[in-house]
Amino acid sequence: MENIDVELLKEISDIDGNIEGAYNIRKNGQGIERKITENVNILTKTDKQGIDIYVKENTKFEFVHIPVIITESGLKDVVYNDFHIGKNANVVIIAGCGIHNDHHKDSEHDGIHRFFLEEGARVKYIEKHYGEGYGTGKRILNPVTEIYQKDGSSLEMETVQIKGVDSTIRTTKGVLENDTNLVISEKIMTHGEQFAKTIFTVDLNGENSSTKVTSRSVATEKSVQQFESHVTGNAKCFGHVECDAIIKDDAKVIAIPSITANDIDANLVHEATIGKIAGEQLIKLMTLGLDEKQAEQEIINGFLR
Amino acid sequence: MLELKNICFTRDNKKILDNISLELEDNKFYVITGPNGSGKSTLAKIIMGINNQDEGQVVFNGKDISNLPINERANLGMGFAFQQPVKFKGITVYDLIKLSAKKNISKKEACDILSKVGLCAKEYVDREINSSLSGGELKRIEIATVAVKNSKLTIFDEPEAGIDLWSFNNLIKIFEDMRKLTKGTTIIISHQERILNIADKIILLNEGKIDKVGEAKEIVGTILAKSNCCKLGGEV
Repeated sequence: MENIDVELLKEISDIDGNIEGAYNIRKNGQGIERKITENVNILTKTDKQGIDIYVKENTKFEFVHIPVIITESGLKDVVYNDFHIGKNANVVIIAGCGIHNDHHKDSEHDGIHRFFLEEGARVKYIEKHYGEGYGTGKRILNPVTEIYQKDGSSLEMETVQIKGVDSTIRTTKGVLENDTNLVISEKIMTHGEQFAKTIFTVDLNGENSSTKVTSRSVATEKSVQQFESHVTGNAKCFGHVECDAIIKDDAKVIAIPSITANDIDANLVHEATIGKIAGEQLIKLMTLGLDEKQAEQEIINGFLR
Repeated sequence: MLELKNICFTRDNKKILDNISLELEDNKFYVITGPNGSGKSTLAKIIMGINNQDEGQVVFNGKDISNLPINERANLGMGFAFQQPVKFKGITVYDLIKLSAKKNISKKEACDILSKVGLCAKEYVDREINSSLSGGELKRIEIATVAVKNSKLTIFDEPEAGIDLWSFNNLIKIFEDMRKLTKGTTIIISHQERILNIADKIILLNEGKIDKVGEAKEIVGTILAKSNCCKLGGEV
């Protein structure tokens, strides 16, 4: 791997030197390194680009890393990764995409990730997106995440996009059966003329299924963000969606919440807040000795932590 | 250490502060009191630079700070505890203590400070300063973040506002302890007789003017005698 690869990997997956657990590293549209373990098998798909990841049932606690890096300008990479998580398995999956584009052609990565959780499986899924480089070519990421949860399973997804991605449409879909829980937390910061759109669709089909979707974002300069969420309760269930955005400069933020209850015992809540940084927060930090710019930065850092 | 010269402040055609002149000494404990609307909080905010006076001068340790922004006053050694503590999203108690201390303070040191304001430190140090905290908890955290700054001058704007009686009794104790622990000058804006009683000097404001400045005993007696016109000690 070149230096640039190592740096990108560090940004998106905190991989620095040895990687713990199973992994598959993809660079410029091809797998370059892979390791499997006793409990985690990774197979290359034969009908399309991508991999199948199999986690054995009752796996106690393991890490799976599947980072993607793109350093070739003008490349459009579409990849299909399917995660099959066995009964009662417990894994942490760290995915992410880093694009370095110093040229004028657009670079794009569209990762389609599907998660199939068997009964009682527990997954923590961490996804980080990052772009860098001085070229005029755009860095585009359009991730699709589909989550299918069988009885008693739970998935916690953390998704972060803080820097350098020019355009993104992020689509996340969850289908939940009985006694399941899906927690999604999204953090986005946009600047320049970037565009970020996220769409969350969660179907609470099972008794006692629940979801909590939290989106915190900061839109600066001339960037545009759009947040859409559709939560449907088809049984006795609980759903909570919270969209909280800080807006600065000439940015634009649109929040389109939708909740649908098809069952009398469906309990669904949506909260959406868009606003600039509160003046009183700035004043408080200034009374501690920070100037206005430093105060603003601290508030944003805390908000996106 | 602090000198206010002919401070005037008018809003909506109402003279909120009318030619206030005051001189405060080092290492003294002052309470500014007076009826609602007498201009106490406005005066505190003008000292800190949160509000700017229309006329007059603020001199701090010999330096004219009348036109300095809040943060520069803070860096010269001023601290300010808000009447209504500000809430944040994502910023923890530990973060705020570190920002205030201006140095790499350890978690243990942060916990020690929280214990001094009567909070079970382990439970609070990593909590976000958001609406999940009660009024009394926020107040104590506010006091801790201001105390850790070790300011030459610390201003508390109505620390008793919005807290219950139980928390109030503890709050008085905190101030009594703080008197022994902290150096520098303290100004408390307060309506509370028990806070007035621990002051070295009381400044009584009325309709934007200084009515009286004097020793606690003398002023408290005068205020209580006049309590039919000065609403004191009512809310808690």
